[in-house]
Amino acid sequence: MTLTSSAKAMTERVVGRRGEEPTGSSPRARRRVRLRGRAGWFFVAPAAIFFLAFFLYPIVATFVMSLQTREMGQMVFTGLDNYERLLTDPVFHTALFNTLLVLFVQVPIMLGLALLLAVLLNSALVKARGGFRVIYFLPAVTSLVAYAIVFRILLHTDAGLVNQFLGALGLPEPDWLNRTWSSRASLMASITWRWTGFNMVIMLAGLQAISNDLYEAAKVDGAGPVDRFLRITIPMMRPILLFAAVLSTIGTLQLFDEPFILTGGGPSNATLTLVYYLYQQGFQSLNFGYASAIAWFIVLLVAVLAFIQFKTIGREDPT
Amino acid sequence: MRASSDRRRGNAPDQGDDATAAGTPSEPATAPVTPDGGAAGRRAILKRRIAQVAMHVLLVIGALVTLVPFLWIVIASTHPTSGIFSRPPNLLPGDFLLQNLANLQAMTGFARVVFNSVLIAGAFTVIGVVVCSMAGYGLAKHRFKGRGVVLATVLLTIMVPYHVLTVPLFQLMSEIGWINTYQAAILPFIANAFGIFLMRQSFLSFPDELIEAARVDGAGELRIFYRIVLPAVRPSLAALVIWLFIFQWNNFLWPLLVLTTQDMYTIPVALSSLIGLSRIDYGAIMTGTAIAVIPVMIVFLFFQRQFISGLLGGSVRG
Repeated sequence: MTLTSSAKAMTERVVGRRGEEPTGSSPRARRRVRLRGRAGWFFVAPAAIFFLAFFLYPIVATFVMSLQTREMGQMVFTGLDNYERLLTDPVFHTALFNTLLVLFVQVPIMLGLALLLAVLLNSALVKARGGFRVIYFLPAVTSLVAYAIVFRILLHTDAGLVNQFLGALGLPEPDWLNRTWSSRASLMASITWRWTGFNMVIMLAGLQAISNDLYEAAKVDGAGPVDRFLRITIPMMRPILLFAAVLSTIGTLQLFDEPFILTGGGPSNATLTLVYYLYQQGFQSLNFGYASAIAWFIVLLVAVLAFIQFKTIGREDPT
Repeated sequence: MRASSDRRRGNAPDQGDDATAAGTPSEPATAPVTPDGGAAGRRAILKRRIAQVAMHVLLVIGALVTLVPFLWIVIASTHPTSGIFSRPPNLLPGDFLLQNLANLQAMTGFARVVFNSVLIAGAFTVIGVVVCSMAGYGLAKHRFKGRGVVLATVLLTIMVPYHVLTVPLFQLMSEIGWINTYQAAILPFIANAFGIFLMRQSFLSFPDELIEAARVDGAGELRIFYRIVLPAVRPSLAALVIWLFIFQWNNFLWPLLVLTTQDMYTIPVALSSLIGLSRIDYGAIMTGTAIAVIPVMIVFLFFQRQFISGLLGGSVRG
């Protein structure tokens, strides 16, 4: 309350009673521009303060700490030791492998599925499209912890709904969460359930922005549905696909809640992710330096992957 | 233009759907007229019918897969653990809901936990909406030194997951004595880069002339902002509110780190603490899960049109 009222007083002082000033006289006009500049900073200031304290400071501190190791309770500079350790640490390699596996297997499957659903829901042949859209989007508002718990129960080996269903069909009932590859598959299936609808809605927006004239013209030229999809939809959707791919990459690199609840990172680290390993190192083993090196590795990985995606998917479309 | 389409949405949602159906870039509703008439035309209609049925089958299967976990939350929350893991499964609700609630309350003090979640997510949303919309407005409608740098920083930080900041942030919190306090859970991620960017995009289309006219009339900058500009972007504002609330309501790693005693836990942290026990009471956990999920779902169902279109800058129709 006091914040807003003092802020108001401040703007009034900064901006002044401008209406009474005659417009056009050049020194005054210049002063106005300068004052407006200050008003701009006034609007940005609260966010900037939060940003400095809770983003810039920690990201710099992370970097400094990544060059340090705790010895006898003191942080000592040890150069690139922590980064060298990343190169030789088999657990880190497992975490990296698991994360990249999700990135290169689960994300493409999910984006493909999302595009398929979006195309279906964009078709005039489909009824109740609004209803379908809401249903598919619902998982995206669900708490990660909550849905991970539900999947843990659904995938229970002896009495989970999934295995009872498979059993009823006479299919084998895998020990989902306790075997290396089936636990990875479970993790990826859960993530797909949570995020496909979210991506579908983004893609639907992209599809609806494509002009109908393009399709009509292609039809007149004799292009079939597949041709139209490959030659019009995909190129026109490139920015949207890029957007979805970048979002999914960021999401994948911060995977933590699902493996934490679903499998506890197990069995024997089969579902350990980068952030999960960061958590273990930073908050369970209290290796702040090493955890910070993992953190910076994640930041760099995000940057590199985003750059590659912009270069490949985002390149100028030929149309 | 935006305003008028929003009004249409608000008054007659079903009509909105029809309008979209007519205007979508897809096959026309009527069968193409073929020069050889009859047989070919009928074959085309038949083909269309088959495609239509196949599409609906696919969509219904997908919808069922999407809905089963939600149904299971509702069903499982009314059974004891033994009833959740029975063979064959209990597919109808049981009568154990109140007992589950009582167990949940006994194990975690869940009423307090829900209060914590509401308080933390609520305060985060209120402060976040003010901070993000102000920053978005400054970036969209004011020219000032360093604006380019600020904007670039916002875009860059969208890509950095907050998880990588946790180690020094946690140390900062313990140095200033904020561990296990509400402000530690609420404040650090207020300047939400996505929120700022979302608001900036929606302010961009607001006409400069109106702001200029208000200035000539002598209105202060802050007054222009909340009296004139802010009401015009209400759909985006609604999306921002829901976005921030859901983010914090569902947030897990940070609250897990800074909230250290049960009376300060949020819902996800309390639920995860139950998963860690040696004898897991899944009935109680599922009841807690239902409490975590269902209110958010209801809010979303009420505002889903505004939320989705606001999130995408008004580009989704229908």
